[in-house]
Amino acid sequence: MADGRPIAPGLFDVDAGEPRLIAAECVACGRRQFPAAAVCPYCAADGTREIRVGPAGRLELYTMVLRAPPGYRGPVPYALGIVALDGGLSVVARLTETDATRLRPGLPVELVVEPLFTDDAGQRVVSYAFRAAAA
Amino acid sequence: MRPVYITGVGLHPFGRFPDLGLTALGVEAVRAALRDAGLGRGGFQAAFCGTVYGGVAAGHKVLTALGLSGVPIVNVEAGCASGGAALALGAGAVASGGADAVLVFGLEKMPRGMIRSSFFESWREEAGLAATPAYFALRAQRLMLDGDVTLEDLARVSVKNHRHGVANPHAMYRRAVSLEEVLASPVVCEPLRLLMLCAPNEGAAAVVLSARPAAPAIRVAAAVLRSHVAGSVLGEHTPLSGLTDERVPTPTEMAARAAYDDAGVGPRDLDVVEVQDTDSGREILSVEELGLCPPGGGGRWVRDGGGELGSRQPVNASGGLLARGEPLGASALAQIVELTWQLRGAAGSRQVPHARTALAHTVGRGANACAVILAR
Repeated sequence: MADGRPIAPGLFDVDAGEPRLIAAECVACGRRQFPAAAVCPYCAADGTREIRVGPAGRLELYTMVLRAPPGYRGPVPYALGIVALDGGLSVVARLTETDATRLRPGLPVELVVEPLFTDDAGQRVVSYAFRAAAA
Repeated sequence: MRPVYITGVGLHPFGRFPDLGLTALGVEAVRAALRDAGLGRGGFQAAFCGTVYGGVAAGHKVLTALGLSGVPIVNVEAGCASGGAALALGAGAVASGGADAVLVFGLEKMPRGMIRSSFFESWREEAGLAATPAYFALRAQRLMLDGDVTLEDLARVSVKNHRHGVANPHAMYRRAVSLEEVLASPVVCEPLRLLMLCAPNEGAAAVVLSARPAAPAIRVAAAVLRSHVAGSVLGEHTPLSGLTDERVPTPTEMAARAAYDDAGVGPRDLDVVEVQDTDSGREILSVEELGLCPPGGGGRWVRDGGGELGSRQPVNASGGLLARGEPLGASALAQIVELTWQLRGAAGSRQVPHARTALAHTVGRGANACAVILAR
């Protein structure tokens, strides 16, 4: 993982150099959620198991954010999109691409974990994003 | 359950009022509605106040300022549907016999700029995931990919609502805009241009509900609030209907279905409709979800002049949020005020002739949606 503090605990990790999102799968209905939580929002079952998803995904929708939204600490402009992962889970995520002409629905993307900003204590904060997959 | 009637409505215009406090906005709307209903102190037995950013006891402060406290006062938050939620609670209180008359009002002074919402955890804000217009843009892109909606169609919605707003003295923007002007306005989040998005602003609205009709009798035939079910929105932390699983009904579809059932009417019976148009794409989706056009037919609907004043079924004759702006707690009740005027035949130059059945729709963060049907 890139050096620095994760933007929040329990969102992602890096295994043998390969980043993954930490999601949860319901033990009753099998549906997945991210971030992981103990209760299934789909069937209300009180039991999920933690799974790792990614790094490969497919871009479903995207847009460009030109001005920093409230609380955002990273650079602008940036792209925001919906990424479909294996197993029927879609997540909303920042995209590393800053040129919208290089994005399209259906684009293969891959997860990255990288520095986003430096916090008030001078520590680098890392977060997850998706970039166009290597051809 | 007994019938519920609207006997008074009042409004503080929507806009920006730096010299007026939040309480003052509410006082004007409440005073107007009570005057319209011919009620004073002791005339209502409960009050419900919709607000999102109004803070602690916002409704209490308004009624205190008018010397009307002493009844139960409940402040209600349901995102953009807050005013609708307050109305649904008030209608329930009258219908059940718990009160003979209730006061429902909503008020807001929105912060300037992109809406900040405690809905998002701080890490989501820091990560750039709290960009509200971006979610509207994703939804618009989805409409364009899945249906026949074009960029020009998105602009057409804005042209229509701005044109309607010219005739509304309570709207913030009262200037007609051309298709070219909308398309040439600055891109906020592709594909949405500035003139395709509503502006957060300030205002207040109030409605008196009673078990006894006034003349003309305007009945609340349905007032339904529904929250989302999992899968109708994108994940639990970014609810935004119209983005994800199409097999799951959205909050708007659920609220509309129940409202049509309660009122015993269908979409074709509606003479005039106010829908959530936070952005142009939202209006197209709202119209589809409410059944005012076939599923996937929203682009064609707007191209064919659907919703225009003078058409069979005008939508957002008030100018909608695009022309009025959106003070969250007040916007749903301003729809009710507008539709009450329409059913009374008192809507001036934007009057829809012979309007007898009307629907108001709001949907917002939570996610939840409200559908209200009024009948004369």
